[in-house]
Amino acid sequence: MTDNSVEETRAQRLSALALADGKDLLTLWNGLGIDPACEMVRGPETGLIALRGRIGGGGSPFNFGEATATRATVRLDNGAVGHAVTLGRDRLKAKLIAILDALAQDNEMASKIDQEIVTPLTAALAERDAKRKAETAATKVDFFTMVRGED
Amino acid sequence: MYVAVKGGEAAIRNAHRLLADRRRGDRSLPSLTLGQIAEQLALACDRVMAEGSVYDRELAALAIKQARGDLIEAIFLLRAYRTTLPRFGYSEPIDTGAMQVERRVSATYKDLPGGQMLGPTFDYTHRLLDPSLAGDDAPDDPEAREGDGVPAMRVSDILAQEGLIEADGETGGEEIGDLTRTPMEFPMGRDTRLQALARGDEGFLLALGYSTQRGYARSHPFVGEIRIGEVEVEYRMPELGLTVSLGRIRVTECQMVNQFKGSAKAPPQFTRGYGLVFGQSERKAMAVALCDRALRADELGEDKFAPAQDEEFVISHSDNVQATGFVEHLKLPHYVDFQAELDLVRRMRGEHARKQGGDEAMPEAAE
Repeated sequence: MTDNSVEETRAQRLSALALADGKDLLTLWNGLGIDPACEMVRGPETGLIALRGRIGGGGSPFNFGEATATRATVRLDNGAVGHAVTLGRDRLKAKLIAILDALAQDNEMASKIDQEIVTPLTAALAERDAKRKAETAATKVDFFTMVRGED
Repeated sequence: MYVAVKGGEAAIRNAHRLLADRRRGDRSLPSLTLGQIAEQLALACDRVMAEGSVYDRELAALAIKQARGDLIEAIFLLRAYRTTLPRFGYSEPIDTGAMQVERRVSATYKDLPGGQMLGPTFDYTHRLLDPSLAGDDAPDDPEAREGDGVPAMRVSDILAQEGLIEADGETGGEEIGDLTRTPMEFPMGRDTRLQALARGDEGFLLALGYSTQRGYARSHPFVGEIRIGEVEVEYRMPELGLTVSLGRIRVTECQMVNQFKGSAKAPPQFTRGYGLVFGQSERKAMAVALCDRALRADELGEDKFAPAQDEEFVISHSDNVQATGFVEHLKLPHYVDFQAELDLVRRMRGEHARKQGGDEAMPEAAE
C-alpha cells in the first residue's frame, strides 16, 4: 500500500469509530478479547470543538457554536501511538478508539479490527440511516391535480 | 459614612436546600432521568444547546433538570460550563448539502428534486390537546417507504441557474470572526453576525423577524427551503494531519428568499437571508434568516429605519444570558446606591420647594 492509502484508511477507520455509538463499540471491543498494556500519553480529556457552517450553505465559513469533544492519545508497549477525537464526553470511547488506532498500525491486527469492529459498526449506522430515510420518505408529499368538472 | 455589612449565609444555604427539595417535588413520583428529558423533551434540549451554544444533548438535559425546566436558566448553566473547557480547535465547515435529511420543505417550488418531506412536524396538526398523552400509550411505529433516491438539491441552486438569485455569500476571505474569542465591534461581518444570531434568544429574534413582515423593514420573504437532519462534523487532527469525522450533529437550516428591487450596486434579483441553528428548531432558523436579511440593509444599499435593521441594537440585545444577567442583577442588594438616591431626591425636593416658595410668596415662610 502507498503511504497515501494507508493514511486514508486510517482516517476512514477513525471516522467510522467516532461515528459509532460508544456502547456498541465497547461490546465489540470486549468481543475482541484482548487487553493490551498501554500508557496514556494524553487524556482522555474533554474540551470543545468550534463548529463551522457556510453562509448560505456554500459561502464563506462562519462559526455557529461549539460541541463537546473528547480526545485521547495512547502508546502501546510496542511503541505504536494511537490518537482519537470524538464528539461528546465519552472518555472510554475516546480511549478505545486511540487503542484501536494504535493496534491497527499492525497490518494483521488492522484487518481483524476492520472485520470485527469497524465493519459491524458501519453496518449498524447504515441500517439506522436507512430506517430513518424510509420513515422520512413516507412523509413525502405526493401532489395530484384535481380534475375539474368540464367534459 | 459607609458601613460594610454581611449576612445571609444561613439564609442562602437554606434557600438552596429548599430549592433542591422543590426541584425534586413530590417524592412519591419517580425522578426524571436525563434520558427521558433528552428523548421526550428533545426540542427543549435543542433550544438549550442552540442558545447555550454547546452541542451536547446529555448536558442540555442535565441543565434543564437542574433549572427545573427554566430554559434560560438552563442555557446559563450550559454557558457557564463551557467556560471550564479547553478549546481543541475548529471543525471543517459542515456540508448541509450532504445532510441525512429528516425534514425538507420549500414554499417556493412544489416539485423540487427530492420533494417535500414533512418529517416529524407540528404543521397541519389541529393544536387540540391530546388527552391520550396523559397516559402511557405506545404510539404506532412510523410508516416507512422506499425513497426515490433523488438527492435533495438546494433550492438556491435552482434559482442560481437562471442568475435570478444572489450567490451564497462571501465575506471576502479575511479571518473568520469568533465572538467567543474577540470582543464584539460594530459594524460586524456577516459571519460574526450569524454566529451571534445562532445563539440569540429565540423569542427576541422571532419578534424582530415578525416586525420585518409587518412593515418594519419590509423584505418580502419566502421560505426557499428548510431542511433538518444530521450532518457529519469533520476535523483536521493536528496530531496526524488527517481530516476525520468526529460524529454527527442535528441542525436546522433555513434559506429565506427575498425580493430585491435592485440598487445602484446590484440589479433586481432575489436576495437571501440565512439561518443555521443546532437541533430541530425551524422557528428559530426562520427568525435568524429574517434578521440576517434585514441586517444586510447597508450592504444592499437599502433605507434603514426599522429596529430589525439596526445591527448594534439587534446583536447587543439578542443574547439572553447577558440580558437576564443585567435585568436580574437589579434584585441584588442596592441598599447603598438607593440610600444615595434617596438622599439626592430629598435634597432636590427641598430645592424644588424653596424655588416654588420664592415664586409664590413662600407660603411656608408666611406661617
